[in-house]
Amino acid sequence: MERRAYYRNGWMPWLLLAPQLILVLVFFYWPTTQALYWAFSLEQPWGGGNTWVGFDNFLAIFRDREYWGTVLRSAFYAIVSTGLSMAVALTLAAFVDRSLKGTRIFQSIYVWPYAIAAPAAGVAFRFIFAPESGLIGSVNQIWPGIWDPATNGIHALAMVIVCHAWLGIGYNFIFFLAALQMIPRSISEAGAMDGARPFQRLIDLQLPLIAPTAFFLLIMNLISSFTDSFGLIDVMTEGGPIGQTEVMVYKIYFDGFKGLDYSGAAAQSIVLMLLVIGLTFVQFKWVERRVHYN
Amino acid sequence: MAQITIKGVKKNYAKTAVIHGVDVNIEAGEFVVILGPSGCGKSTLLRMIAGLEEITEGEIAIGGTVVNKLEPRERGCAMVFQNYALYPHMTVRKNIGYALKVAKVPKAERDARVMKVAQSVSLEPFLDRRPGELSGGQRQRVAMARAMVREPKVFLFDEPFSNLDAKLRVAMRSEVRRLHRDLGVTSVFVTHDQIEAMTLADKLIIMNAGKVEQIGKPTEVYNNPASRFVADFIGSPAMNLFEGEFDAEGHFVHGAGGRMNVSQLNGVRQPGRKVVLGVRPEGVRRTGADTHGAIPAVVDYVEELGASRLIHADANGSRIVALDNDSAELKSGTPVHLSLADSALHLFSLEDGRRISH
Amino acid sequence: MIERSPFFDFITYLAMAFGALVVVIPFWITLVAGSQSLQEVSQVPISLLPSSHLFENLAAAWTRGDLGPKLINSFIVAIGVTVGKITLASLSAFAIVFFSFKARMICFWLIFITLMLPLEVRIVPTYSIAANALLPFQVILDTLGITGLVQAVSGVQIALNWNLLNSYTGLILPLVATATGTFLYRQFFMTIPDELVEASKMDGAHPLEFFFDVLLPLSRTNMLALATIMFVSSWNQYLWPLLITTDRANFGTVVMQLKALIPAQNGTPDWNVTMAGALIIMLPPLLVVAFMQRWFVRGLISRDK
Ligand SMILES: Nc1ncnc2c1ncn2[C@@H]1O[C@H](COP(=O)(O)OP(=O)(O)OP(=O)(O)O)[C@@H](O)[C@H]1O
Ligand SMILES: [Mg+2]
Repeated sequence: MERRAYYRNGWMPWLLLAPQLILVLVFFYWPTTQALYWAFSLEQPWGGGNTWVGFDNFLAIFRDREYWGTVLRSAFYAIVSTGLSMAVALTLAAFVDRSLKGTRIFQSIYVWPYAIAAPAAGVAFRFIFAPESGLIGSVNQIWPGIWDPATNGIHALAMVIVCHAWLGIGYNFIFFLAALQMIPRSISEAGAMDGARPFQRLIDLQLPLIAPTAFFLLIMNLISSFTDSFGLIDVMTEGGPIGQTEVMVYKIYFDGFKGLDYSGAAAQSIVLMLLVIGLTFVQFKWVERRVHYN
Repeated sequence: MAQITIKGVKKNYAKTAVIHGVDVNIEAGEFVVILGPSGCGKSTLLRMIAGLEEITEGEIAIGGTVVNKLEPRERGCAMVFQNYALYPHMTVRKNIGYALKVAKVPKAERDARVMKVAQSVSLEPFLDRRPGELSGGQRQRVAMARAMVREPKVFLFDEPFSNLDAKLRVAMRSEVRRLHRDLGVTSVFVTHDQIEAMTLADKLIIMNAGKVEQIGKPTEVYNNPASRFVADFIGSPAMNLFEGEFDAEGHFVHGAGGRMNVSQLNGVRQPGRKVVLGVRPEGVRRTGADTHGAIPAVVDYVEELGASRLIHADANGSRIVALDNDSAELKSGTPVHLSLADSALHLFSLEDGRRISH
Repeated sequence: MIERSPFFDFITYLAMAFGALVVVIPFWITLVAGSQSLQEVSQVPISLLPSSHLFENLAAAWTRGDLGPKLINSFIVAIGVTVGKITLASLSAFAIVFFSFKARMICFWLIFITLMLPLEVRIVPTYSIAANALLPFQVILDTLGITGLVQAVSGVQIALNWNLLNSYTGLILPLVATATGTFLYRQFFMTIPDELVEASKMDGAHPLEFFFDVLLPLSRTNMLALATIMFVSSWNQYLWPLLITTDRANFGTVVMQLKALIPAQNGTPDWNVTMAGALIIMLPPLLVVAFMQRWFVRGLISRDK
């Protein structure tokens, strides 16, 4: 990233950087450090004394069966919604990549979900899946009580996951399509000359070549399902029924702001941060291994 | 080995026509080179044979079967692409063997065939490398090996050497010649390099603006260009071409007004007929002033070629290039006399550029 | 393309149409339900064709969700974040890419590490800072002993306090504080050839003139992309506004109102009003994305490289 031509000026770069650095300091480093401090101490919600407690806060949450339930649920949520969203987006991108006539219209439609606020989609999906409404709820007319996310935790979780996957389609699609279109056309043609059919070319040629993008998306989706799920769950289920759709961010919010257990919430935040940092780190490691065409 | 028949083939992209009706017969085992300027539709024609491009109109048959509706994999052609199109994520071994894997050839046989092909193009030391770790020439050979391993009925080459340096090109050229001699597979080779075309071709197809200008052996095309375009396009240095007409005495009067004695063109010297007269530089010689029909000219400059040299001269307002073996020094402005060799004259109609035989 | 068989083309269109259906259905249902009367929307199964009550429902949602002022708030926040981010990001990226100074790499990493942790992850402590944004400085002054010094000398006690709760600044600043935009600008600035900088130096241009006359015009596409991404993401913020605005009536954003629009458990199931409200809330970012698609797609993708 070195360039030969640059400016030398004692104070100007600092002046240019100052606003950003100050914001980052105040709204990123300070809170993050604070979270660390809280996680290792026991503090009263609104100021007051706090005592150093070492790993007690962490031990407390790790001993909590309910917390592990939340972690497992979050992992399940993350894996299923990521898998679903990426599979749909990749399929669409592969077909769009054939660039038949009129493809452009489909292409621009597929991007729409990117624009939608998670809670807004949540409201729409909540209605679509509402047991009393006339869409999915219609099945209750035929088999009464077969679908009820308001009382059945599995139904509720499925509903939230489907909505999350839907929200990710636009973003994933954009990246998959761009990656596919970056592959030189002659490689597909060489594959065709070698006798491979479209599906086989997808498996043998295109997928390995877009692996870095797919991996990037995998990580981004996992991170987003750990973090962006708050609005969705708050609007759709509020973590219910009886906590069965509670994921990690939601529990942090709930324990911290409703339960006013700052130390516990901070410890949970640290766990979530480590998770996200870990994923990002894996991502950076992988990015170095990008495939280059010639 | 298969014969290829191309009948009335046309190609349109949306509304624009890029191939306007091509008829060609390629014999089994023949090495055919398609030569033409950039954008004339060479690649398009080749890709229509391969099945990578739809045929708008007409018919292509390979080995007697019409292939218009067949997928590339069903046509039995192998292709070497201009940018090689190697699979960047596969080793050389896998690149070469991919077609066999797709065809479900058993692993043992596959390995044996890959090895044999790799040997024939001296690639064994590189079998476990990826394309990114090879030089241009080595990549080129992988592309060829990948085409050969399938033992196809037809080889198609789309400017395969255009990314190589001059020396490698010559080497690859003779390699391709050798492979063709050994395997005897029908081959269609696209290029815009005429030396490549001349040295490789059993049969040369000259294309221009979506049409075939001439089909023939390289020497035939060189010696009897069928049109003004071919005459101009083939040969380096290029043929001297003069637009003009015959006067009442049967002399050729070129555009700038100079007269040339062309008595050898008996029979076609109708006065007033508008023609293009062509003569290759090697057909133009320096002579004494007293030679019958000598054209007086003034030397403009001389291009030294080593063994010989090119004299660029001005003959009464018309530029003329002569190939000269005499080593005597010639300065700019020196008056010389040039004569046109009897057998070397070509005549084309000014109207449609077709050859006028004499 | 290869394999132009009509059958395979048919499959392709079928799959694409199915995909379009999957994407469009939630929008369609929102529109349809939003245009129906209470009676129609409660029918099982529901009619999938729009009805004629769209405008009544929009009006009802408008009043119930108090959407007028909330829309204004959302626009203020979204535009504030967008403008703020573009300004800060372009300036800081300029400093990092085009200036040579000792702490350059440290600044680079200080800023880019923030890409790792989304706001949601550190929400609890960030919230606490919003109560007094100057707390870090107070602590710094305290630990350095400056507070005590000043008090001893002048008798004045330094007490820095800046409460961000219930303010536009509070809604905007934390969202501006991440590095997405800086990263995007850096990626673009890196592609500017050295010769351009040298030429500008030869012309005797001041660094800032280079920035305004050369870099900004060249980065217009990036700016549009970043603007789209930032507008959409800040419009769609939910958790942060929820925390920082206790005074919802005056500072609430429109996305926070979604929950208020949902029919109560035992109340009238007037989903038609809810959906009409959702429609209003979805529309601005959707329009932005639809119109800016070409640019923002490019911006998103260059972020990955
Ligand atoms: N997909 C396409 N759509 C429209 N026109 C095209 C398309 N592909 C090629 N053409 C046009 O068809 C003509 C022939 O192209 P082609 O690639 O066959 O030329 P070529 O003889 O191979 O040239 P070169 O020597 O430069 O490779 C060109 O004028 C080109 O602009
Ligand atoms: Mg070509």
